[in-house]
Amino acid sequence: MSSHDAYYIPHKAVWPVMATAGLMLMLAGFANYLNGSSIGSGMMMAGFAAFIVMLGLWFALQASESESGMYNHGVGISYRMGMMWFIFSEVMFFGVFFGALWYARNISVPWLGETGFVSGPGRSTHDILWTAFESTWPTNGPGNVGGEFEPMGAFGLPFLNTLILLTSGVTCTWAHHGLLAQNRDQLIKGLAATVGLGFLFVAFQATEYYEAYHEMGLTLGSGIYGSTFFMLTGFHGLHVCIGAIILSVVMFRAWKGHFKPENHFAFEAAAWYWHFVDVVWLGLFIFVYIM
Amino acid sequence: MSAVVAEHDDHHDHHDHGPEKGILRWIITTNHKDIGTMYLVFALVMFFVGGTMALIIRSELFEPGLQFVDPNFFNSMTTMHALVMVFGAVMPAFVGLANWMIPMMIGAPDMALPRMNNMSFWMLVAGVLLIASTLFMEGGAPASGWTLYPPLVLQTGKALPFAIFAVHLLGVSSIMGAINVIATIFNMRAPGMTLMKMPLFVWTWLITAFLLIAIMPVFAGAVTMLLTDRFFGTSFFDAAGGGDPVLYQHIFWFFGHPEVYVMILPTFGVASTIIPVFARKPLFGYSSMVYATAAIAFLSFIVWAHHMFTVGLPIAGELYFMYATMLIAIPTGVKVFNWTATMWKGSMTFETPMLFSIAFVVLFTMGGFTGLMMSVAPVDFQYHDTYFIVAHFHYTLVPASVFILMAAGYYWLPKWTGNMYNEKIGRLHFWLSAVSVNILFFPQHFLGLAGMPRRIPDYAIQFADWNMVSSIGAFIYGFSQLLFVYIVIDTIRGGTGEKVSDEVWEDASKHSLEWTVPSPAPYHTFSTPPERIPTEHF
Repeated sequence: MSSHDAYYIPHKAVWPVMATAGLMLMLAGFANYLNGSSIGSGMMMAGFAAFIVMLGLWFALQASESESGMYNHGVGISYRMGMMWFIFSEVMFFGVFFGALWYARNISVPWLGETGFVSGPGRSTHDILWTAFESTWPTNGPGNVGGEFEPMGAFGLPFLNTLILLTSGVTCTWAHHGLLAQNRDQLIKGLAATVGLGFLFVAFQATEYYEAYHEMGLTLGSGIYGSTFFMLTGFHGLHVCIGAIILSVVMFRAWKGHFKPENHFAFEAAAWYWHFVDVVWLGLFIFVYIM
Repeated sequence: MSAVVAEHDDHHDHHDHGPEKGILRWIITTNHKDIGTMYLVFALVMFFVGGTMALIIRSELFEPGLQFVDPNFFNSMTTMHALVMVFGAVMPAFVGLANWMIPMMIGAPDMALPRMNNMSFWMLVAGVLLIASTLFMEGGAPASGWTLYPPLVLQTGKALPFAIFAVHLLGVSSIMGAINVIATIFNMRAPGMTLMKMPLFVWTWLITAFLLIAIMPVFAGAVTMLLTDRFFGTSFFDAAGGGDPVLYQHIFWFFGHPEVYVMILPTFGVASTIIPVFARKPLFGYSSMVYATAAIAFLSFIVWAHHMFTVGLPIAGELYFMYATMLIAIPTGVKVFNWTATMWKGSMTFETPMLFSIAFVVLFTMGGFTGLMMSVAPVDFQYHDTYFIVAHFHYTLVPASVFILMAAGYYWLPKWTGNMYNEKIGRLHFWLSAVSVNILFFPQHFLGLAGMPRRIPDYAIQFADWNMVSSIGAFIYGFSQLLFVYIVIDTIRGGTGEKVSDEVWEDASKHSLEWTVPSPAPYHTFSTPPERIPTEHF
């Protein structure tokens, strides 16, 4: 453990502070855009571009340092811990939205319909405002917010997407075995398959969203069902995109000849992230689509 | 800069890898001491920004009637005062201490992830800039209270998305800082520095870091739902769509209750570090301190709805959260007992850090007792949203967290600067603070019990006297903090002129590693691991 003799202390880099400036510009631009300001979207794009470029240059520096053998075992452990706890923070972020779904289905909607905690505080809301409302799921609430809609079924595209993501987990592990066996061909092919399956997932989800909006009347504004459905699947889809981009970078580095069986933190981090995204999807498939 | 820490013959060496010159040194630095200094200076500045807002509040409340500010601005001030003090002053100050002290206390050359360390500081600045910018916007800064409850907060003007994104940035900053602390403590300890030999400040920060990683994403999720409810038509907090404003309160306090422990656990850690040194005794009950800290952290996740007793919870919820909350008194009591037992029959001296620490033990216990009162759900119906709760949490934050931050400043300034602070002015600062903080907050208990609600710019005539007393205390307290600024600047510029030893405080090097390196601490410390691990602290 604590053998930090000659622990690598990185030299200064300008990229972290520049990336922060880009991120701040992006968020300030987004806020201006939401407030209806004409400069908002331009600011947001500029900030986003700056953020991505700076992150890219930062990671390029890390990659070149790693390849030149500057990072010893101890540094690798720090990076792995960092990634692990970052993924834990992501778990908590998704936990909030799953929690909101649980609360809506088990507390707020039943209370509005007076079932459940009959002596509880939900009753007066029902009695005073919405006596006709009966608790059901899916629902867009007693106000019929967003109008009539048809809920999303589980066994069409979503089931196909489940199979796609599970398969991509397998191809990702296959690539890892290739890396460990120093079979670069298998590594690159495995990564290519994983990235391909990732983008196929996103394409199918886009189709699903298109159908929801244009044929089923189901939108982000369809009451609490639409809110939880689109926020959960939307944030997940965003994470699939990010994971696929990370894996693409890893694939590019593999093609450039990076990574050794004993030194491939970037691959591991990307794979962990991918499996995390996979597990979140299983949760979504069960709690959002099936139940 | 060399890429790999060179092998020194002797870590008592000089500034061989000294800092670069100029402003760029600070902007792109990855050195834990530079970053720690930036955090501490930033926190001190924000302490005065937030303090100015508090004095605006207390000026308005000096007399009944509307004197200086309009009610909406008053509410912006209560909101911004809280956000600035929590996210801009107290939390960054403790992160600054963590940056400075954790590597030195565990015998590490730096934090584990130095570039991310730099980024987390600048994220903090970016977040605070965004939230501060809302003061100048159409519709004013958020005026809903720091809890940002819907539906009220959704009526905020142009400030709302800026405030929400500021929360996101501050959250990212805290998570990166916490990840860094965990990786540093788990991966960078010197050989022989086992977990149960770490100074308690390191232990409390380790546990705090877990809290931060678990809760900041939760807050980010909550404000994201506010954003989509306001701008994208979702119904999370709208009953018409099947949502519930109370859902926000549950999510917020699932974050919020551990969040207040994020501010108090490192406080406990510093107190447990300072008191044994000035009592000249080992800390009483080291391992029970560790377990009590962990127990408090665990309990913080299962008590959140005690902030919501009056919102209309089912009776089972009221009972569960009441009893669970009362449990917190047990590990907290263990801690107070241990600090007292540490001082028992010690050869105590009363330098400024010790004075602040003793005041912390006494006054924090006061705040703890009022907390216990409010944990009783039926009685809380009287206290809820009155000045009683304001008095309660200010007792746990000002004469606790802030006093201990001051204590930490006095305790470590000689190590940071190599100079001794002016003890006379330090004690004057302490006595002015300790007396005025009670004039400021104690009467608020009476006001609350008599029924004065919080977050109002005007009040009924029967509350006039105690409000006036409280405001007078506020101004004495606020202005006496300028003494601290004077002392910090004076100490950096030479202080008393006396050069301090490596150890500074008698036998301190038996307690913790930072007292074994020169004062001021060289730019890089422990590029070779220390030979001996101090064990006097347990």
